[in-house]
Parts: sequence; structure tokens; C-alpha cells
Amino acid sequence: MAQKITIEPVTRVEGHGKVTIHLDDNQQVTESRLHIVEFRGFERFVCGRPFWEAPVLVQRLCGICPVSHHLAAAKAMDMIVGAGAGNGLTPVAEKMRRLMHYGQIFQSHVLHFFHLASPDLLFGMDADPEKRNVIGVIMEHTELAKQAVLMRKYGQEIIAATAGKKIHGTGAIPGGINKNLSLEARDAFLNGINSNPDLSADKMIEWSEAAIALLLDYHSSHTEFLDGFAAFPSNHLSLVRPDGALDLYHGVLRAVDPEGKRIVNDVDSRDYLDVVAEEVRSWSYMKFPYIKELGPKDGWYRVGPLARLNVCDFIPSPKAQAAFEQFRAYTKGKPNHMSMHYHWARLIETLHAAEMMKELLLDPDLQNTDLVTKGERCGEGIGLLEAPRGTLFHHYQVNKQDLITMCNLIVSTTNNNEPMNRAVNAAAVAQMTGKAEITEPMMNAVEVAIRAYDPCLSCATHAMGQMPLEVTLYDAAGAVLDQQRKGM
Amino acid sequence: MKKPIIATASLAGCFGCHMSFLDIDERILDLVELVHWGKSPINDIKTFEQDCDIALIEGGCCNDEHIHTLRDFRKHCRILVAVGECAIMGGLPAMRNNIPIQECLEEAYLNSPSTAQANPEQILPNDAELPALLDKVYPCHEIVKMDYFLPGCPPRADLIYGALTALVTGQEAKLPYEVIKFD
Repeated sequence: MAQKITIEPVTRVEGHGKVTIHLDDNQQVTESRLHIVEFRGFERFVCGRPFWEAPVLVQRLCGICPVSHHLAAAKAMDMIVGAGAGNGLTPVAEKMRRLMHYGQIFQSHVLHFFHLASPDLLFGMDADPEKRNVIGVIMEHTELAKQAVLMRKYGQEIIAATAGKKIHGTGAIPGGINKNLSLEARDAFLNGINSNPDLSADKMIEWSEAAIALLLDYHSSHTEFLDGFAAFPSNHLSLVRPDGALDLYHGVLRAVDPEGKRIVNDVDSRDYLDVVAEEVRSWSYMKFPYIKELGPKDGWYRVGPLARLNVCDFIPSPKAQAAFEQFRAYTKGKPNHMSMHYHWARLIETLHAAEMMKELLLDPDLQNTDLVTKGERCGEGIGLLEAPRGTLFHHYQVNKQDLITMCNLIVSTTNNNEPMNRAVNAAAVAQMTGKAEITEPMMNAVEVAIRAYDPCLSCATHAMGQMPLEVTLYDAAGAVLDQQRKGM
Repeated sequence: MKKPIIATASLAGCFGCHMSFLDIDERILDLVELVHWGKSPINDIKTFEQDCDIALIEGGCCNDEHIHTLRDFRKHCRILVAVGECAIMGGLPAMRNNIPIQECLEEAYLNSPSTAQANPEQILPNDAELPALLDKVYPCHEIVKMDYFLPGCPPRADLIYGALTALVTGQEAKLPYEVIKFD
């Protein structure tokens, strides 16, 4: 009997999503779809606003990683005011922005791993849902929870010191930054905020290393699950520094195929329209990007921590580089296609962010006073960066009256649209084939598959624990066979 | 005394208010002692199995699902708190209220430079699986009665914590200007 399973709603940072899974007469999964069900229209209503408002307006897309949108828009506006494309800022301006960005990468990755992923690891994917959440972690693993709270706090305080506010700040402006870092703030971050040694730069590095050790320990006893669950080959895309280093703030576009062969070869970020295009499908508000040359069928790709570590040649900080070498050795230097290894890659980046924050804090350029660069005004700006969840594209046109006339945004999670749909399908095939009854662990398995990608459309829910789901099993005539709810 | 039950929801918001709530940092450990967590994205509480005392609502309403969710919260919660500008007055998403929704859709799916040539059939998302977009973005109080309002984009962590603990303990909230002020 043919069936359609609906999982709804999946509450997201930008509203709700839902999953539908179709089963044929033989209880085989024929298709799975992740629908993004909210639309807000930023591209249109930003038009007509003065260009300098963009960095503070568009960051309201997302309260989890507002710094990403703040900085991508600011980078585009740098071009508008003639301050170059990623290379024209003063040292203090670029380094303050980098510090802000690494602070955000740090807090966002910590939030995702500890608040979201750790309950599945600490309690098990099929543990009692009453316990399998961040409150459960606080109750049963209090020390670990405290560590997570302090790590996130450190990243948020870095953002507040560079952007002016923890969420939706104003630090980056077209052509530069509106403040430098005071010596008092620098010393506090190096030695411990409020003289608390647990809130120091070195402690963040130490705890990041411990988090990687925690995951590897879990991996040694759950190898089959982490390696096999929702794994599938794909292309991978990210920005890299021109010398091949991991660089989350600026770089050239590079992509590799499933075998590791270069398919996008270090293209200037301003030429992104030569590299990617986006397909529209009627059943989701989220578009489907693909590498133009390969077309929509073969050109889809992954972004985010896993893709970045597959694409880059090395990590320019010693401890993270050592962890990276171990990561690459695990797949013998070939791209890693295991969805659950996103967590591993994310923690290596967390360590890198901690090392970069310390390196930047020690840099005397942060106390310089030449904050802004100006040049010849132009009408078009493109800003790309690597947000916590992947490559983020901002593109604007501005008229002679300084008003925005065109805004194109490809947000990180959108790039992972096709991979997330495939991950949902892989989980559904593994969990639901031949089953007539839906169990809670089955639904959580679908969540776990989506969650590995830390999608921004649900990163909030992510951040907080479980994604709410409603699964309805219909028969071919549309009658409800079974219904299960969790969360919202 | 029975611990009060807290619920939270995010409608057409960016989750920044929930993040600001998390910015109470170490105080979340105290809060776990003070309240019982009900229906929220923070956990796996499936439905309103029992009514809640206080619910924090982030975001306004931009589609019919939001309205359904908000009414459900009103029905099951004693006190509803509008948290942040989107819940209070629609916020930034309400910038679309002066623009026909069709124009917003066309800008995103037909005119975008990365989509224009990749969408020859001029597809706009319109599947039956997608909830209906409202003609405009509505603040929460235009849909149901709201009891308290916490301003900010987002409201400061101290404001959310101060207001919540006051409601939980039944004391008058001490919220000086510095705590209410934002931006």
C-alpha cells in the first residue's frame, strides 16, 4: 500500500520546516523531501534602503550567526565605497572583523555541539526524550554543561567587544570598523574575563582540545554509527586562502569532486555567478544551488565544516593542523563523505577559532586608530565569507542616490539543501523501509541526519536541543494510519 | 510549592531573542532549579500535556501556521510575554508590509541573478505542503491578547532574566532604564 509520511512542523530559526516521506506498495521509500516553509522576502524589502544600512538590516535574517550576515554585507559595501574586495581595509579594520568572526564561529560551533549534538551522544539517539536535551545535560553532566556555557559566553563577549553587542551589533561599517580594541578588553580576554581564569584564551584552546578528545572517544565505541549513518558521496565547496589554507573570513572559491579532484579552481569570489546557479522547486522556499558547469543533476555540493576540511590544504594554526592531519588520514587523504563527521570537522574548526582568537588578541594592530578606508565609489558589491554553516554569498547593486536596487543572498544552509534532502532520505530508507508503525527513535534518526548539517533554518532549535516533529502515516487513500508528535 | 512551568516559541523571528535568553550564561543553571520546562524548542515536550504558567513568544506572524501556534499558546498559557521587536510590532520582517507579496516572491525566485537563468519555467514555491503566507506580518497582540512586552532587538539577557524571575517569584520586576535600553 503506497503511503506518505509527513513530519511536521520542524521549527527552524527562520520558522518552520517539514519532511514528507513517500513509501510505495512494497513499503520502500521512493522519495523524501525537506520542505522549508517560511518566506520573509529580504531580497525585495532591502531594496530602496541606503546601502550603509545593509550590514545591520540583513543580519536580522538570523540571530544565531548574525555576525556572518553583518560581515558579508559589510564586505560587499567595502566594494561600494571603493575599499577593495577583501584586501583594501586597514590592518586594524580587517583584524577586528576577523576577531569578531572567529568569536562567532567559536560560540556557534560550541552551541551546536554541546547544546544540540551532545545529548544524542551522551544519552544515545534512542534515549528517553525527557532526558535527551540540554536540560538533561545540565542535570547529569553539570561540569560539561558549565564548560559549554562559559565557552559560548567567551565567544559572545568577543563579539560584544568587537561589534558593540552580542546579537545584532554594529561594528563593521562600509570600508572598515567603528572601534578598535581597548588594552583593558584585550587583557581581560587573554587572562580571564572578570579575572575568571576559566574565561581566558588559553582555557578556550584547552577545552576545545578536550571536546575533540570527547568526540574521538565516542567514535572509538560507536565507529559504525558515526561512519555509516547518512553517509553518501558528494562534491564539496568552500572559500580557501589563495595558498590553500583554511580561511573563514576571505578567500577564493574552490570545489572538489567525490574523489578529491579540483572542479572549481580558486575562482575570485566576485565571479561567483560564473560558478553557481540556483534551481527553484515548487515545494520549498529554499532554493537548490549547483555548480553551473556540472548542471543541477550532478553539480550539487556540500558546504560547512566537513566541506571546508575536504577542500583546504592545511589549517594555519598548529593544534588545529595536528587535528586536521588526523582527520585527513582517516580517509587516506580522500574527501570525507560521512555526514556524522561534520561534528568532528566542526570541533577541529572550534579549536582553530580558539587559536586564532588568541593570535589576534596578541596582535598590536588591534589598537591602531585608522579604522576606515575610502576610495572611488562604485555601484556593485559582492561579499563572500565562510559562515559557521558554510559559504555565504551577498551581492548588492546601489544607485547614484545611495539606495540599494538589487540584493541577492545565498545563505550557507541553502547550499546544503540537496545534501540535507539526501541525508533525510538515507535516514528514512534505513529506518522506515517496511515499517508500518512510527517510533520516536525513528523520528529522532531523521532529526539526527538533518542536525549533522547544523542547518541555520533550524539552528536555533538545534542550539536548544530537539527539533519538533510531527509524523503522520497515511495510506494510499489519504486515511491516517498512525500519528506521532514531539516538540512543537 | 509546585515549580512554575515555562514554555517558549519562535514564530517569524530570527531566534536572536532565544539566543539572548541563552546569554544569561551561568544563570541558566539557577533557572533549571527555579522552573519546570514545558513545551519549547529546548526540549522534547510533545504537546501541551499540561497548561503552562508563562510563555515567551519571539517573532510576529507571517503565515497561517504562526497564527495557529500563537492561538494554541494563548489557550494553554496563563501569561504570554511578547519578547522582542518582531513579537511586539512585527519587527524587520514587517518591512514587507508595504510591498505586494507577489513582488517579494518574484524578486527572490525570478529576478535573482543566480536564479534568473536557472528557473526557465518561472517556478514560484506554491506547493500544498507550504503554509499560506499572510498579506502582511502581524504583531502578536493583533492576533491574541498579550500580557507583557519586553522591548529590544533582541531584548538584553538581563531584561529577559529579570522579567522572568519576577513573574516566577511573584515580585515586582526591577528593570532600570539601562536594562530596558537597547541599540
